[in-house]
Amino acid sequence: MTATTDTTTGTHAPTASPLPERTRAAKWVHDTSVVFIREILVTLRDPFTLIFSLLQPLVFLGLFGPLLDGMLGAGSIDGESALQWFLPGVLVMIAIFGTGMVGGNLLYELMTGAYERILATPLDRSSILVGRALKEFAPLVVQALLITAVAIPFGLSFYPAHVLVGLLILGVFGIGLGSLSYALGLASKNREWVFWGVQQSLIFPLLLLAGMMLPLEAGPEWMQAVSKFNPLTYIVDAERTLFSGTMWDSTVAWGVVAALATCAVGLWVGIWKVKRTI
Amino acid sequence: MVAARGLTKTFKRKKEVVEAVKQVDLDVADGELVAFLGPNGAGKSTTLRMLTSLLTPTEGSAMVAGYDVVRDPAEVRARIGYIGQGNAGGYSYRVGDELMNQGRFYSVPADVARQRSAELLEALELSGMEKRTVLSLSGGQRRRLDVAMGLMNHPRLLFLDEPTTGLDPHARANLWEHIMRLRVENEMTMLLTTHYLDEADAMAERIVLIDHGTVIADATPTALKRDFADDVVTLGLVPGADTAAVVVEKARSVLPDDVSRVEDHVAPDGSVRLVLATNHGPDLVPPVLRSLEAVGVTVGSADVKQASLDDVFLNLTGRSLREEAA
Repeated sequence: MTATTDTTTGTHAPTASPLPERTRAAKWVHDTSVVFIREILVTLRDPFTLIFSLLQPLVFLGLFGPLLDGMLGAGSIDGESALQWFLPGVLVMIAIFGTGMVGGNLLYELMTGAYERILATPLDRSSILVGRALKEFAPLVVQALLITAVAIPFGLSFYPAHVLVGLLILGVFGIGLGSLSYALGLASKNREWVFWGVQQSLIFPLLLLAGMMLPLEAGPEWMQAVSKFNPLTYIVDAERTLFSGTMWDSTVAWGVVAALATCAVGLWVGIWKVKRTI
Repeated sequence: MVAARGLTKTFKRKKEVVEAVKQVDLDVADGELVAFLGPNGAGKSTTLRMLTSLLTPTEGSAMVAGYDVVRDPAEVRARIGYIGQGNAGGYSYRVGDELMNQGRFYSVPADVARQRSAELLEALELSGMEKRTVLSLSGGQRRRLDVAMGLMNHPRLLFLDEPTTGLDPHARANLWEHIMRLRVENEMTMLLTTHYLDEADAMAERIVLIDHGTVIADATPTALKRDFADDVVTLGLVPGADTAAVVVEKARSVLPDDVSRVEDHVAPDGSVRLVLATNHGPDLVPPVLRSLEAVGVTVGSADVKQASLDDVFLNLTGRSLREEAA
């Protein structure tokens, strides 16, 4: 370490780092995990909210599934049970609502000063984003396993390895979306309504245009055309393919591409915004 | 600890360019306690945020704790403590969790963090509140928690932005007591901002007066008051046998040279009020009283109003800090 001499006082030799010696990657993993721990502790400390959030997709599936069955008459899409088609969509929906909330949870901390304190620590800027997105994503893994387990008796075929890959894709996508939500939260500083307005008006078109709740094949051609520009479409399609037991398929590959692209764009925008906002 | 040169920050607000901080130079040596004093919007917090690497300066540079805030912000952050204007603890988080989180953010080993957390809770009268949420604390308790969190990494250099704003006088005094004790225990250099005059006067060893983004004075409170404001001595003279005019003339003839200004006011009943401006009021009174007595002038009353930092600010800017801060 070389001493930096200041012309005026000459007493500015850098001191040894109070942080432990480690690689950049190790520090990033540490930073991301400690941000994750901070957020997940709040959830774990509040079991009621935790239980309700876990039951929510079950309620959704229980109420929406039968309607879909009834509407489709024969109870099948492309020769599969409606459940097999619908369940991956529900998972994607939970992931979107969860990670889309990241910025919303941040708004409060922006007002109180907790966010500023976190910025003043040596945490890696991207860890602040990823750790939070992962926290929103973690319950999803539990929720996914829970609703899958519940759906098996009702005729869902379960492919563990495929579901795992499906969750990974959702996780990568969720980090990207979470970061975008975070950036939107920062942009809405002191104007919370902006965040909710933008978030709400984006989320539903995105969901519908991805054929998440209802098959797009039944919709007009323009909707199908627009859906090609929605990254979520590729995610939903990939999840459906995976849940029906197909792994090595171009649909899955496109899902991976869409997830990675969303993640990259999300992190880029998120970090850029974090560096500019205080 | 701190060496800043030409620190400047401009913001663009709706096409209008606002110069929040202009060409600030600042050196803070090891162990100093420096207060930025100035009205709201003077640029105190912006300066602090540049020094803590939270804001990138538009121009200029700063070395903090041995590192350049622009080139090595992470190194700076690892070595300093920062207590911002808001509350550091997330409102829905538990007190104990947040302290441990803060320790983790600075990579403090868990056992060390646990011990520090317990010590700080004890020192700041927050023991037993580990499981309470931050939201359930009172304003004063939350502020003390902010201090505890700012000290979890045992920084050698601590920045405090308006640490006591919004607290009642009792809580303010109490918080200062804690901060000053922890400063000695941890051998910290401290840099804080405040718009409370009395606080700056009582606590700071050095005051940097800042107005419209520029440093207008930088010295000890005593030196500032000596150099930029006068003590005012008011003497009530009893006329007796002489006329008021004679009393005034006699009195003026014996005043020492270092009285910078003399005014006399004659009341309708013939009594005289003599107002003297000087930079050493308390020392001036006894010899003046003796000289006046020697020439036969009777002094009925004497009052010394010592210069305040507000007088300093008023003389330097033409505005009162007290009104602006209120």
